[in-house]
Amino acid sequence: MNTGDTAWVLASSALVLLMTPGLAFFYGGMVRSKSVLNMLMMNFVTIGIVSLLWVLYGFSVAFGNGKSGLWGGLDWAGMKHMTAVETTLNGSVYGIPLLVFAAFQLMFAVITPALISGAIADRAKFGAWMVFVVLWVTIVYFPVAHWVFDFGDKNGVGAGWLAHRGVLDFAGGTAVHVNAGAAGLALCLVLGKRIGWKKDPMRPHNLTLVMLGAGLLWFGWFGFNAGSALGANALAGQAFFTTMIATATAMLGWLAVERLRDGHFTSLGAASGAVAGLVAITPACAFVTPIGSVVLGLLAGAVCAMAVGLKWKLGFDDALDVVGVHLVGGALGAISLGFISNYSGTEGLFYGGSISVLGNQALAVLSVGGYSFIVAYILGKLIDMTMGFRITEEEEVEGIDLFAHAETGYDIHSAGTGAGALSSSIKQADAEARGVNA
Amino acid sequence: MKLITAVIKPHRWEEVRGALETFGVTGMTVSEVSGYGRQKGHTEVYRGAEYDIALVPKIRIEIVVDASAADDVVAIIVKTAQTGRIGDGKVWVQQVDSVVRVRTGDRDEAAL
Repeated sequence: MNTGDTAWVLASSALVLLMTPGLAFFYGGMVRSKSVLNMLMMNFVTIGIVSLLWVLYGFSVAFGNGKSGLWGGLDWAGMKHMTAVETTLNGSVYGIPLLVFAAFQLMFAVITPALISGAIADRAKFGAWMVFVVLWVTIVYFPVAHWVFDFGDKNGVGAGWLAHRGVLDFAGGTAVHVNAGAAGLALCLVLGKRIGWKKDPMRPHNLTLVMLGAGLLWFGWFGFNAGSALGANALAGQAFFTTMIATATAMLGWLAVERLRDGHFTSLGAASGAVAGLVAITPACAFVTPIGSVVLGLLAGAVCAMAVGLKWKLGFDDALDVVGVHLVGGALGAISLGFISNYSGTEGLFYGGSISVLGNQALAVLSVGGYSFIVAYILGKLIDMTMGFRITEEEEVEGIDLFAHAETGYDIHSAGTGAGALSSSIKQADAEARGVNA
Repeated sequence: MKLITAVIKPHRWEEVRGALETFGVTGMTVSEVSGYGRQKGHTEVYRGAEYDIALVPKIRIEIVVDASAADDVVAIIVKTAQTGRIGDGKVWVQQVDSVVRVRTGDRDEAAL
């Protein structure tokens, strides 16, 4: 076991975990104040659900020692194999304990369904969302993680079918972002548009929260990408550096499009551009040069800034642009490797590589995106027909926070002295009526 | 006695208050309000989507003064709040029948 590698992957795991609360704030600031808590909760609850499933069978389905290219089997359900000291999957032996690898991969399994929640903001039944997360990670994420991330044992036996083909996806452009983006598109089609879409202003209620969330995502993403080297080494350093550069340049790319098209450099544009850059560099971070990451970043920022307008033209209410940022950004990053990969043996076209690299990348995007879209659509319809996926009109108009969670995000009135005193006296009277010492 | 209500641009508020204090107005009630007039709100752009925001922030000032001072107070507010651009606001004056000072029970002019 290598203590340096283990320390880095442990630290990276904590960084990736922080991305889910970061995402919650990024999304939470973008919704209206009446649904901020529901948005935060949809993200937080996936941490609970997926962690539980990961121990029971998730890790086994994704990385178990089955011989299939489609899933890892159930041999490792309950994670009973954890006496193994080293991580001997992924095609070679890594100097980190298997339990550390499992912890690191768990964080990816957590944030992927959380990403979907932005597409159905303001209008999904909370219980239905929880059921969807259980089913979608079971049928889609866990197997797809196997397809893309599992390189099999020392001899490559049991590798995922995409990994076996040599698909390049260093940290999850397809398995995480295309996967979540396609599911988000499916779910917002199942649930339909929010009441008042295109008519009422649904502007972000707290852009400072959005900027904070984007900052946390950027910070945590170093664990996501550089941690995926599974060691403290040159590969991690390359991933770290290209992640930084692509994110910075994507922010500039998005801002440039906004300035030219809409007239202003907006804070939402800066935050969104950074996230688009993070998404696009995710599959590519260890396979491109620093200049490659500049090109990819600028392109991702500009393309995603235009892609978020698609929903207005095509008429689907992807509330927080999971499609425009994650599906488009993830696909862009994955396919760009067909051109700008300089990875030895699988170079892109610009580095003298063969067209088959581009073909493989496109195949990965289409198969992961297509599978996720179809399964998510069917699951969404099944949930809608049985327990109902959408809240009532009254609940939606008055605000989902109150109905789903019996809470409100902000107590604005107590900012002064007048109304704050009023609300605390009501609480006092209420407590006395219930015989409680307030 | 007259109740003077003025709705003005927020950035003119400090000027108006200063001018009224200099004139001798000793107190007022001020609130942050939203509304629109002929300027019909404004436009904000989020991720390329334009939103028409109907309401713009304003400051509402309410002052009760002796009837003889009402015209001067209105003139001061108009002079200091004016920028000449659309959205400067409105001032209006209403008759007040009676006023009571809560602390002492003084009525009408003695309560001002």
